[in-house]
Amino acid sequence: MTDETDPAGEGWFAGLAPDEPGAEAIAEGGTETPRPWPRLAVEAGFATDEGAYYDRLHEATTRATRRAVREREAADDQQVKHAVRAMDDCRRTANELAERLAEWAGTVDGGGSGIEYARELAADADGEPFAGLARRVADLAAEADRLESFVETRTPEVAPNLSALAGPVLAARLLSLAGGLETLAKKPSGTIQVLGAEDALFAHLRGHAPSPKHGVIFTHEAVRGTRAEDRGSAARALAGKLAIAARIDHYSGDRRPELEGELADRLATIRARADDSSAAGDTDDGPATGSTDDGPAAGSTDDGPAAGDTDDGPATGGPNADGGIGDVE
Amino acid sequence: MSSELPAGVERRVVDGRERLATRGEPVYGEPTDGEWRAWNPARSKLGAMLELGMETAFEGGERVLYLGAASGTTVSHVADFAGPTYAVEFAPRPARDLLSVAASRPRLFPLLKDARRPETYAHVVEAGVDAIVQDVATRGQARVALENRRFLADDGRLLLAVKARSEDVAREPAAVFEEITDELAAEYALLERRRLEPYHADHLAVVAEPR
Repeated sequence: MTDETDPAGEGWFAGLAPDEPGAEAIAEGGTETPRPWPRLAVEAGFATDEGAYYDRLHEATTRATRRAVREREAADDQQVKHAVRAMDDCRRTANELAERLAEWAGTVDGGGSGIEYARELAADADGEPFAGLARRVADLAAEADRLESFVETRTPEVAPNLSALAGPVLAARLLSLAGGLETLAKKPSGTIQVLGAEDALFAHLRGHAPSPKHGVIFTHEAVRGTRAEDRGSAARALAGKLAIAARIDHYSGDRRPELEGELADRLATIRARADDSSAAGDTDDGPATGSTDDGPAAGSTDDGPAAGDTDDGPATGGPNADGGIGDVE
Repeated sequence: MSSELPAGVERRVVDGRERLATRGEPVYGEPTDGEWRAWNPARSKLGAMLELGMETAFEGGERVLYLGAASGTTVSHVADFAGPTYAVEFAPRPARDLLSVAASRPRLFPLLKDARRPETYAHVVEAGVDAIVQDVATRGQARVALENRRFLADDGRLLLAVKARSEDVAREPAAVFEEITDELAAEYALLERRRLEPYHADHLAVVAEPR
């Protein structure tokens, strides 16, 4: 048909097999000058007519864009991770310094404690030798609040289902402990259950401590609001739903509000045990039993459970009577 | 020759008031009447241009390149009355919403690309589109229009919404608009310009054709 060099050569569809979607070509290709692609595609035999061409274009652009959106948004989980770590650092440092300040200021002033006291001193301790320290404590506390509001607005964009289930701050802590949304999505729920309890977990794996029932998810009402005997079950149920939420957020990105209802149902069942006191001894808590001593480099640094490589560590978990734990979807 | 509405866009009474409307799947909770859904000019610069009677030259069924599609509010209406519509958006979060708008519109093609770099999508967007609609909130809005001239048919139209505050928050909008229209003149002949008050503050709408 064409006697010059292939006119379709620079179009996204050049060289695509009939059943190839072409998302990579859309995402990565490029050329300086646009051409009448629909006509050229038909001439090149890529599509039977322009309608068929546009159908394939719709599919290819949609796929390419969905994939690119996911990749680019995933990068935002790193923003959340750093922000929540910085928030925790600011808060911890502010509290430590506030204690030091209270001790000092108590020698001249009426005394008090905590961040509130530091704020008061910052406002009206001018001229005292600790006035500068007081101002810095107040500033650090304000910075922690600012970071927290960033985490609260950004986390639901990065991980909508996880945030809805865990609350944005806990969701951000989980992302931070796992190292990112993708790594969190790949962790079994038994690992998520004990993220943040690495010291206790490795003590357990070394054989001289009971297995931890929960890590940072302890701050979730589902765990804290359940009586101690049933917290293992509650933590396991929560971790199961969080694992599913993280996977949906990473792999699909749609919102699945039904997860919250499922968790509420499951918790109601667990908490009902407290009513029929006959059902004593629910011993199925800890995640980790049978697992071998391959706990990676115990030393338990503070950057999460030896990032990435622990998939075989804590979580023998597996599907288990409490349902929902291992299953995706 | 007149500022008639394009085929597929009508003034209809929706939710008790006469409004612009197109036929398609609702996308942002807009009021509907049967299959017609209201097009809110306060949320859409192109909607405001039509509402204000500017000569967009749209008749219906055109091939359109839409730059700055955001979450797809306006582009959903464009795809309802136009033909093949290429929607370029640079930010991932709104592009996610744009994808759901495109899901029910088989001739809407979403592209996560930077409108300042047409060479990254010239292998996808066809030459000779009938209209470029541009609503990008970045600096260098005139340059974007010049760079994308390559896609426009010689008898096509550029429909541009210039946001003064994106160019320079501190400067007087009128001065910003002068500078941008001067810059456009390198490749476009301006047919009409007007500000989009009361629908959008500090926005200038421009209708132009290639030189």
